[in-house]
Amino acid sequence: MTFRTMTSPATAARTNFKFTFWKLVFLFLMAAGLYATVIRFTQGLGAATHLSDQFPWGIWISFDVLCGVMLAAGGFTLTAAVHILNIKRLHSIIRPTILTAFLGYILVCAALMFDLGKPYNIWHPLIMRNPHSVMFEVAYCVMLYTTVLALEFSPIVLERFNLQRPLKVVRAILIPLVICGVILSTLHQSSLGTLYLIVPEKLYPLWYTPLLPVFFFLSAIAVGLAMTIFESSLSSKHFGLQLELPVLQELGRVLVVVLGVYAILRFEDLANRGALKLALHPGYEMYLFWLEISLCIIFPLALLLQPRVRSSANGLYFAAVLVVLGFITNRMNVSITGFEGSTGVRYFPKWTELAVTGAIIAAGFALFGLAVKYLPIFPKEEAEEELVQEPAGQSANALPDVSPVMEHAGD
Amino acid sequence: MSKALLYDSTICIGCKQCEQACATQNKLPYNDAIAAEEIQSDHKMTVVLTRNDRFMRRLCMNCNEPSCASVCPVGALQKTALGPVTYDASKCMGCRYCMVACPFSVPKYEWSKLIPKVQKCTMCPDRVAQGKQTACAEICPTGATKFGERDDLIAEAQKRIRDNPGNYVDHIYGLEEVGGTSVLLLSAVPFETFGYRSNLSKDPMPMLTYRVLSHIPDFVPLGGMVLGGIWWITHRREEVALAEGHKPVAEKKNGRKP
Repeated sequence: MTFRTMTSPATAARTNFKFTFWKLVFLFLMAAGLYATVIRFTQGLGAATHLSDQFPWGIWISFDVLCGVMLAAGGFTLTAAVHILNIKRLHSIIRPTILTAFLGYILVCAALMFDLGKPYNIWHPLIMRNPHSVMFEVAYCVMLYTTVLALEFSPIVLERFNLQRPLKVVRAILIPLVICGVILSTLHQSSLGTLYLIVPEKLYPLWYTPLLPVFFFLSAIAVGLAMTIFESSLSSKHFGLQLELPVLQELGRVLVVVLGVYAILRFEDLANRGALKLALHPGYEMYLFWLEISLCIIFPLALLLQPRVRSSANGLYFAAVLVVLGFITNRMNVSITGFEGSTGVRYFPKWTELAVTGAIIAAGFALFGLAVKYLPIFPKEEAEEELVQEPAGQSANALPDVSPVMEHAGD
Repeated sequence: MSKALLYDSTICIGCKQCEQACATQNKLPYNDAIAAEEIQSDHKMTVVLTRNDRFMRRLCMNCNEPSCASVCPVGALQKTALGPVTYDASKCMGCRYCMVACPFSVPKYEWSKLIPKVQKCTMCPDRVAQGKQTACAEICPTGATKFGERDDLIAEAQKRIRDNPGNYVDHIYGLEEVGGTSVLLLSAVPFETFGYRSNLSKDPMPMLTYRVLSHIPDFVPLGGMVLGGIWWITHRREEVALAEGHKPVAEKKNGRKP
């Protein structure tokens, strides 16, 4: 990819600026988020959340951290495919994927600042080490992987400003960097599942399993692939790019295999632990279990196993959205639904919790749009005309039909 | 040697002096309203429960191999050789994993404070280090809460059950639960009556996560080698294809292979 000259995008933005529907939504989410932020940091966690001694982890951990890290898994999946497996055909979509991952991790760290009781102590794991703690390992991996992502992302910025020397350095260390990224991701994606291994007496047996780390890792790969399909489809519509359909079809096939392996393991595990009967035991947990399984296994597999669906842009897009929603449900079930029985309390986030999460998602979208606008994210030949003429925020308007699912793209 | 508390609920008269002594010791408020609260909270580290005229204390069990200390990323919670599981608020960053992980759901949080800390009974570590009893044991008028060497207290608990089998459930709670705790309980009625879990493993919980974590140092060089190896092979193929003069068709074949 070559350096792309911009015809003063700032001027273009200024002249084109007007209040569109999505800009208003964005402003509303940011305002609500800001108000919630003030409450959180002036009155404390008690006033800003529905968390309690019985339910110490809520949506900021379940969605912002667990789902956020999962949704950013495309970064390591794609870099491994392109740089390690040398699948050159996927190269054209690697930049937006790295951008998504990098933004995702930045936003996860931002969300942590809200959730931690004493956020100013977030650096403590650097010097106060407890190698027996999964949280310690996750903290280190996330910290190191965010650095790796920053470096993987840096060529895009360096190209923009034509800084040849640092560019050379980053390119020289790219392969070791990618290998580090894949290892770190494998470790902490699975470790987010390992976090819950210590509560066999609290977590409902439909979700507690010694295989949690394996499931979290496998589903991260599935979601990484699905998010890549999702975000490539969206970008092609938004930014008027040509859709890399053969590439997405390739990803769709791999997704079928990953989902198949996951499905078999999931049900083998339930059967082996004798928990399968709980899947048929009517109740709150059963309904949410089947919602999860339908969204992340049954429907996507039923769709993707049909060659007609697998080869169509819309079919792939729809299946990818289902997979993403399905595994979001899975993370919520593991971290919220599965605990409600043993703790005896129902948890539903307070508006302030939702407002912060909403603002973080909105920020993700805005940053993605800005990055696409000012940095060489998409290949030059396809991107140039559209990008320079149309600011990102405005083109988002062209796609009202995908709005609900767009919520998760930036995370 | 490791110290412990033995609480025999059949001797307890429910006077709640242990609650008051605990509050004084930990500089927490205590009054009639707080005395009436039958739940552990950020301002009540121990509580005497009443169910059908039976009493039962709830407090931190100060496990021999505590989940909270094992999960704390910054080591704010520590098991001391003397028995107490201590907490250092200055290290804590407030991730609350200890609250999620504790099999007895003991650690409580100061939700209403802007700079909150975890609150739990720490078995009066300063007093114990000076060779004194815990505040609750010292004040107890009937000897229902007794402080001493863990081994001695286990022997005594076993003797009490043996001598008066009709008086007790045949179980010392804390002897084997999650690998043993520094608080031992005797009761005339099943412990579940007071919310004590009966489904706890006899193995220490930290092993559940450490079994997985301990593989990481092996995984890192192995993973690096495997990934590096794959990279070497796939790129070598490309070089060979180029050297042999045809376009890199090989990559298409690679592409098929996930």
